[in-house]
Amino acid sequence: MPAAPTPGSRLRLTALLAPPLLWLTLAYLGSLAILLLSAFWATDSFTSDVVHTWNTDNFHELLTTPVYRTIALRTLSIAVAVTVIDALLALPMAFVMARIAGRRWRRPLLVAVLTPLWAGYLVKAYAWRVMLGEDGVVGAALAPFGLHGPGYGTTAVIVVLAYLWLPYMILPVYAALERLPERMLEASADLGAGAWRTLRSVVLPAVRPAVLAGSVFTFSLSLGDYLTVQIVGGKTQLLGNVIAAQVTLDLPMAAALSAVPVVLIVCYLAAVRRAGALDSL
Amino acid sequence: MAETETRTRTGTTTRTAVRLEAVTKDFGAVRAVDAVDLTVHEGEFFTLLGPSGSGKTTLLRLVAGFEQPTAGRIELAGQDVTATPPNRRDVHTVFQDYALFPHMSVEQNVAYALTVRGVRKAERLARAREALTTVRLDGFASRGPAELSGGQRQRVALARALVDRPAVLLLDEPLGALDLALRQEMQTELKELQRTTGITFLLVTHDQDEALTMSDRIAVVRDGRIEQTGPPVEVYERPATAFVAGFVGTTNLLRGEAAVRVVGRPGTYSIRPERILLTDPAEPPAAASADGRRTVTGRITDIVHAGAHTRFTIALPHGDRLTVHRQNLTGLPQSARPDGEIGLSWDERDAFPVPS
Repeated sequence: MPAAPTPGSRLRLTALLAPPLLWLTLAYLGSLAILLLSAFWATDSFTSDVVHTWNTDNFHELLTTPVYRTIALRTLSIAVAVTVIDALLALPMAFVMARIAGRRWRRPLLVAVLTPLWAGYLVKAYAWRVMLGEDGVVGAALAPFGLHGPGYGTTAVIVVLAYLWLPYMILPVYAALERLPERMLEASADLGAGAWRTLRSVVLPAVRPAVLAGSVFTFSLSLGDYLTVQIVGGKTQLLGNVIAAQVTLDLPMAAALSAVPVVLIVCYLAAVRRAGALDSL
Repeated sequence: MAETETRTRTGTTTRTAVRLEAVTKDFGAVRAVDAVDLTVHEGEFFTLLGPSGSGKTTLLRLVAGFEQPTAGRIELAGQDVTATPPNRRDVHTVFQDYALFPHMSVEQNVAYALTVRGVRKAERLARAREALTTVRLDGFASRGPAELSGGQRQRVALARALVDRPAVLLLDEPLGALDLALRQEMQTELKELQRTTGITFLLVTHDQDEALTMSDRIAVVRDGRIEQTGPPVEVYERPATAFVAGFVGTTNLLRGEAAVRVVGRPGTYSIRPERILLTDPAEPPAAASADGRRTVTGRITDIVHAGAHTRFTIALPHGDRLTVHRQNLTGLPQSARPDGEIGLSWDERDAFPVPS
């Protein structure tokens, strides 16, 4: 017979959960609510002060100004590109780590994937700025092939973001591949399947939820990023730095703009949830 | 009688399904398989029987192609397949944990071998259904493996491996995860399936009952070597080594002095517990000895009721102990109670000499 919670145990549970729940509600959801609320306020165009008059002008402007639409689409495309590149890079990398590398190599490889996460974000972004610069390593490496480095711009943003978020894709895919029993691969070969067939019919379906879970990170982190684009983006404008620029000038407009990535991410999460990927997070 | 029958049955199948020649497999410093020679005939139900760690599963994996031999040669239907990868060998495996693909339906699992070979969808589905019928799983086609019981998964694994009728079916402890009743039911079914399909079955098990019940021939494996190969009756009645005698069924092994005292001859002897009769100690031993029977008396030290039979432990005068199995029929001698004096008698031919 399962014991009914006694008044004492219930009290303890409440005491235990109250602080984090309070924090979540006030600090996290509260700030989101205020953000959304302030999007409906206006700004005195002369003093840049926030005027608390309820209106939907900001959203109207957001939807009708072509520049905003272009920037939103560009941000979305970059997030998608980063996610696709990370998935394509993570799959073979995680496969080698989980399946091919022996026990001796697995740990060093894992550490190699994790180490960049411990380094400062700005350090890494500036390192890329140096590498992509006029006399940078990238240009020097491509020169013998008669190619030029991408310079600062959209391509550079994609490359750097893909580098920054790659571990978030590798780790879940690695975990999924490691969980995949060797027997599954053997069974597939045993029933006549070659390596490609096994990859397509057994390995990829098994890691699909992990790839989707990893894509939640790569996609949402790319949508929200504004520093990388400032450092290596040249003249490229993304939602993140437009918002950053607007915060001091027109806070309500910045709030309205930041609703765009929130909506996109919620849509993405809903789609991924339908695909069953959140079960493996 | 049964023995001759088995001999003729295997004697008529002359073609070879699997042949291992001096196959050795090392894992680092450990020799899992040690220069094994083995021949499995076409259409035979052949069992590799041995304790865990004896190398029997490695032998199976070598035939499947999951392992490469360190030395030696493997043939399937007369073709050298030593260097052939698993997907180009005409064998399928039923894995111990079934290894069904979790993201595929039962039907997709069963049809996998056909899908891989590019068989048209209509034919694929028809043959998958047919295979599911053979294992009595009609109506389960669209379920997922997670929705099935252990016994049903077992059947799906069988259907999947039989769907394109491989030359040899390899079964790795296929009944190990099932409960006793289901295991016995599946034993009969497996044997039946093998008979109706005519496919060569090569089974690995540590369960001697399973081996004795289903096999046409058994190879007893120990420490990477084969101790004895033969029909179940022969392996059971004429164990070639003391290990076989002890591993296949239970037995009374008598060596050295004990052999002289109990059997009356020097050497190592095996007497099966069910071949020893309990007699009234008052009955004169001389009368029984006349037709080649040996009779001794002892004292019962333990009686264990084991369902269909009872297990008696009997201490002989010099401290030797014998185990006796007796079917639970009527007519037990009066003295067959703990600490009672009892007479034991067996046919002298049942004290079978084994090389020690």
